[in-house]
Amino acid sequence: MPDPFDSILYKYVYCTLSSTDDVACVGSGLFGGGLLPGGLEWLAYVLTAVTIVAVLINAILGGVLMMIWGERRLLGRFQGRTGPNRWGPFGLLTPIADAVKTMFKEDVMPTVSDRLVFTAAPILMLFPALLIYAVLPFGAGTWLADINVALLFIIAIGGANVLAIVAAALGSGNRYAMFSAMRSVAMLISYEIPLVISLIGVLMLSGSLSLVAIVNAQTLPFFIVQPLGFFVFLVASMAELNRTPFDVAEAESEIVAGYMTDYSSMKFGLFFLSEFAATIATSGVITAVFLGGWHGFDPIPSQIWFIGKMVAVLAVIVWIRASWPRLRIDQIMNFAWKALFELTLINLVVSGILLLIWPSPSTTELWYMAGINWVVFLASIYIFGKVLGPKHDPVKAGNIQPDVTLSDSDAPALPTGGGN
Amino acid sequence: MIYGFGLAKGMGVTLKALVGPSFTVQYPDRRVGIMGAAKAAGISTPSLLFKHPIKALRAVLGFEHIAVMPTQSPRFRGNDFTWYEDRCTGCASCAKYCPLGIIKIVTAPGGINMQEGESYAIETFDIDTGRCMFCALCVEACPYDALHMGSEFERSNYVRMDLVLTKEDLIAAPKHPSTWFRPQMEEAGYSPFAEALEDMKKAGRHETPTVDELTKTWVKDRRTDEVVED
Repeated sequence: MPDPFDSILYKYVYCTLSSTDDVACVGSGLFGGGLLPGGLEWLAYVLTAVTIVAVLINAILGGVLMMIWGERRLLGRFQGRTGPNRWGPFGLLTPIADAVKTMFKEDVMPTVSDRLVFTAAPILMLFPALLIYAVLPFGAGTWLADINVALLFIIAIGGANVLAIVAAALGSGNRYAMFSAMRSVAMLISYEIPLVISLIGVLMLSGSLSLVAIVNAQTLPFFIVQPLGFFVFLVASMAELNRTPFDVAEAESEIVAGYMTDYSSMKFGLFFLSEFAATIATSGVITAVFLGGWHGFDPIPSQIWFIGKMVAVLAVIVWIRASWPRLRIDQIMNFAWKALFELTLINLVVSGILLLIWPSPSTTELWYMAGINWVVFLASIYIFGKVLGPKHDPVKAGNIQPDVTLSDSDAPALPTGGGN
Repeated sequence: MIYGFGLAKGMGVTLKALVGPSFTVQYPDRRVGIMGAAKAAGISTPSLLFKHPIKALRAVLGFEHIAVMPTQSPRFRGNDFTWYEDRCTGCASCAKYCPLGIIKIVTAPGGINMQEGESYAIETFDIDTGRCMFCALCVEACPYDALHMGSEFERSNYVRMDLVLTKEDLIAAPKHPSTWFRPQMEEAGYSPFAEALEDMKKAGRHETPTVDELTKTWVKDRRTDEVVED
């Protein structure tokens, strides 16, 4: 079981509040420690947790605001525009203005909606996004909880936002929302599999599910050792996040705003918030698992290293959004089951064989593994490109015919007025 | 060629846009950095730092704005009109062609010099630009090039009546006619955003025919036509 005093956040706040005579606390609290009288260690424990969580959640909200600004600015520059620059220096206050506007808008609820489910959906959406931050190591000793099943926890929590999307669709009783939820569920279930399997290679290398242990195991960042796993994880997590090019769930040109169609005001704001919070959390997971976490060279503090790597991953995600168009749902499914799934299996087998050869790899042996893995990565991408390329597209080749031909009389009847 | 290479190519295109210039035209003002602020003030950057340190600090923090005007085509149609009273004969062609009927012309018997357009004295010449759709049919219809589209576009107002251009407004306004439908003005080197064009003789076709030319047009040509008919 990891020692809670490994977290300097915990140590600092707890030792300031509590008048414990623990050896670990000597000289590490503010004001000499012991703000609370003796015998109230339990209260110090609770207050420590509340303080750290409050600070973290506010930091996440600030990070989301910064990301909204950064994404809009960067997207603008990628498209040859300027981006928002009117409100505040460099447009920095734009997301705050947006947030205020969102809060003061009228909260419209459709009469046909299931009020409880409709209201619960945005909250359900936000929780998984926030919970991932609990296990993220933001720097050496800077984490909220170092649980020994962190990776499993992230995967389990990350899959929960499907429930929120389905709840939103069922609650709002809207056809577009239902379409969106069906697409989203199909896509998320498909991409969950390569997402999980791609992490197994990392798991075998580090020998632990704890994110802190994984970061400590990365004497060589795992994106060099495990290029295939990194690639698949990046792609699959973009699909999990419903981001371009996998944003069929909220495809504006097809199904209005998908499951968010009927939402307005702060409920919509919560969806928006949780989407961005999840994006930042995922980039944090990628940083911790594949980019070496807080490791860097010395004069720069480890927290800055971690956040810098996170921002770099976010910039790449925005870059991809600016560059690539949306895929069709059948293309997405083909890609998940015919390409990504097999690629992860190849990665798994190759990593297993390499680990049989070098059971506990040193840095030099990690470099050997990296070389072999890169060869496998490029070769398998090339072969998959040849096999699944445009020449072999079953739709283009005419091997797939539409099952039924619809006529006008098959169209569903138009809805007639409201329920009352 | 590797399948999927197009994806990398696409990312290269966006990367090029990232480092390239921004095509956004900012109006009515735009943020300037410290060098832009110095350039707008007409002094060098170090002298801005020493003479106006607060302005320099504001520029660094991104609070300094300068007014900019977008560059327009000289044929840009604004939401006003330029009218040359001396060219106008009061024929009311513009009022007849206006699809909305928003041009009001009242004339009275005028001077004697018909060639210079004095057969009618114009008492009222109102254009209700609040209802105008700026189709410019009136400009096309004007036989004497008296009415032009204007180049002004910052004419928002709180009262709808204030959008009616009266004869006095049109006479008093600085004349910046758009070269729309009158490209010959452009060829003569005129730009509405550079200077005003007060000289009505330059604003359109202006003929001062000699007696010989008049005789040719109205006497000799007619006579040959009659001969042919006979």
